[in-house]
Amino acid sequence: MKTVIYCEHHNGKIKKSSLELLSNAATWGTEVHALALGAPGTLDGLAAELNEYGPHAIHFAEHAGLAHYSSDGFAKVVADAAKSLGAEILLASVSTQTKDFLPRVAVKLDTGMASDCTALTVAGSNVQATRPMYSGKCFASVDFSKAKPVMATIRPNALGMKAKKAGSATATKLATDPGTIRAGVKEVVAKAGAQNKVDLTEAERIVSGGRSLKSSENFKILEDLATTISATVGASRAAVDAGFRPHSDQVGQTGKVVSPSLYMAFGISGAIQHLAGMRSSKLIVAVNTDQNAPIFQKADYGVVADLFEAAPKINEEFKKLLQH
Amino acid sequence: MKVYVCLKQVPDTESKIKVAADGKSIDSTGIKWILCPYDEFAVEESIRFKEKNPGATICAVSAGPDRVVDALRTALAMGCDEAIHIALPENADSYLTAKSLARAITKSGTPHLIFTGKQAIDDDAAQVHQAMAEFLSLPAVTVVLKAEYSATSVKLDREIEGGAIEKYEVATPCVIAAQKGMNEPRYASLPNIMKAKKKEIKKVTLAELDLTDTDTKVSYSAMQLPAERGACKMISGDVAAQAKELVRLLHEEAKVI
Ligand SMILES: Cc1cc2nc3c(=O)[nH]c(=O)nc-3n(C[C@H](O)[C@H](O)[C@H](O)COP(=O)(O)OP(=O)(O)OC[C@H]3O[C@@H](n4cnc5c(N)ncnc54)[C@H](O)[C@@H]3O)c2cc1C
Repeated sequence: MKTVIYCEHHNGKIKKSSLELLSNAATWGTEVHALALGAPGTLDGLAAELNEYGPHAIHFAEHAGLAHYSSDGFAKVVADAAKSLGAEILLASVSTQTKDFLPRVAVKLDTGMASDCTALTVAGSNVQATRPMYSGKCFASVDFSKAKPVMATIRPNALGMKAKKAGSATATKLATDPGTIRAGVKEVVAKAGAQNKVDLTEAERIVSGGRSLKSSENFKILEDLATTISATVGASRAAVDAGFRPHSDQVGQTGKVVSPSLYMAFGISGAIQHLAGMRSSKLIVAVNTDQNAPIFQKADYGVVADLFEAAPKINEEFKKLLQH
Repeated sequence: MKVYVCLKQVPDTESKIKVAADGKSIDSTGIKWILCPYDEFAVEESIRFKEKNPGATICAVSAGPDRVVDALRTALAMGCDEAIHIALPENADSYLTAKSLARAITKSGTPHLIFTGKQAIDDDAAQVHQAMAEFLSLPAVTVVLKAEYSATSVKLDREIEGGAIEKYEVATPCVIAAQKGMNEPRYASLPNIMKAKKKEIKKVTLAELDLTDTDTKVSYSAMQLPAERGACKMISGDVAAQAKELVRLLHEEAKVI
């Protein structure tokens, strides 16, 4: 099965979640084609990184119109590439970008897509995908029998990074035409203080706080802990509604859906809408003064304690551990 | 000037989800259905647009089984002028939903703007906005926090990773998919709820759109509840001992640090 993987990149680096997908595809025994888009002359440096994950072929779609993201331009180029390469499977990791333009690609290819999958295996011509529905309250197995090519997006960290596999593909340049761009980004404005932080949806580790933090200043104790273990800080809706954190930090049904390998919830009760956003985390730690808080029913490790005492102590212990 | 708002009816966020006897859909008994929270922002945005552009007619469109007329009534009660119900079977995929919406809109009159939510919180597929736009050959911007309208274009802020904002300016007609925070949806007043009950909801069948319910691309062969986690290991002792033990467990037992 010819598998084309759309590889997202920013600032000259392939996204880790795209590499995660490539590393998994390398274990499926299918023909793996890595595809990257960008302005002429900006992609060559990506080939070395892609080759660490052993794709059979690397394709660069270059055009001045691809210097900035546009849903219509990117959709046309990826759909054209999938057609010209004869893709039988087209995959990407979930991001705000792929969520935006891949539905258009599916229509252009007259196929269907399973978005936000948490499991995916390819064996011979058989593609098995599982995707969460109802915010992770249930999981559905996808039937692709009428979808040619098969299209799916996979949640970061869901498959896990597999071993590197040295490859030696030379990048080929595809004939590329993004067409008329009508919805193109004019400018990107970063959130103050947010530079270089891993987004919640991609974070390997998350330290979240709730209403009980009482102020935005108090979140400093969680920020400190997060810094020690290279985690991203998240929040419950109650903390967001109280103005302690921006909405972009909210985890839950009306916030971000996250699946880190470690989720630490400090003073979060575990309302169903919060659980919806973090229940697929691999390991959940809850710190709460109330031993009957519902969060403990979903946690792996529970600590009944005042977070204002526990968080700094846990931070100290992490520091001790990580110094060695 | 015609403005559309596409909306979906979804289970309330508190709903317990159970798998139905067929093993591949959910058991809808006991579910309370609501207008999807993201679509509420879309409805509100369309009404605010009309308040500034009195010439606009706001048409709410929903594709789904008969129960979705309740969500359309909610939209009418909030201030939409007209409503179209596309009769679509339960569990239709994003492809057929988007195609039926696009065709119903084309039939009903050229759009100036089409609003919808950034995602429906039942299947969480987040595909219909851009797929519908593609069927209509219209540009679309999704996860929109802010829109400024002028006669022939819209300036839009789209939220991306890390809370950063992408700035767009798109010519009308276009599709706009709302993110939470775009506005504060209003509650419908009782008189408006009563009035909405009397408004006509136009029903459109798939056959009238030259489609059939087998025009889907993906379906679900099985649904399962998530595996239950093992019991939570409660860590006892004073805070210092708890912190020490927790970090030891994370390192030695769970091996996540
Ligand atoms: C349509 C809808 C959508 C929603 N979407 C979301 C969503 O996306 N995300 C979300 O999070 N919520 C969402 N909610 C809200 C959700 O129902 C809860 O209200 C919210 O998650 C509660 O936040 P919390 O746990 O911080 O606060 P609370 O429920 O008030 O819990 C505070 C917890 O802190 C503990 N505590 C207090 N002091 C301390 C201390 N010193 N040390 C340790 N523990 C302490 C308490 O025991 C309690 O368990 C939504 C609700 C609705 C209706």
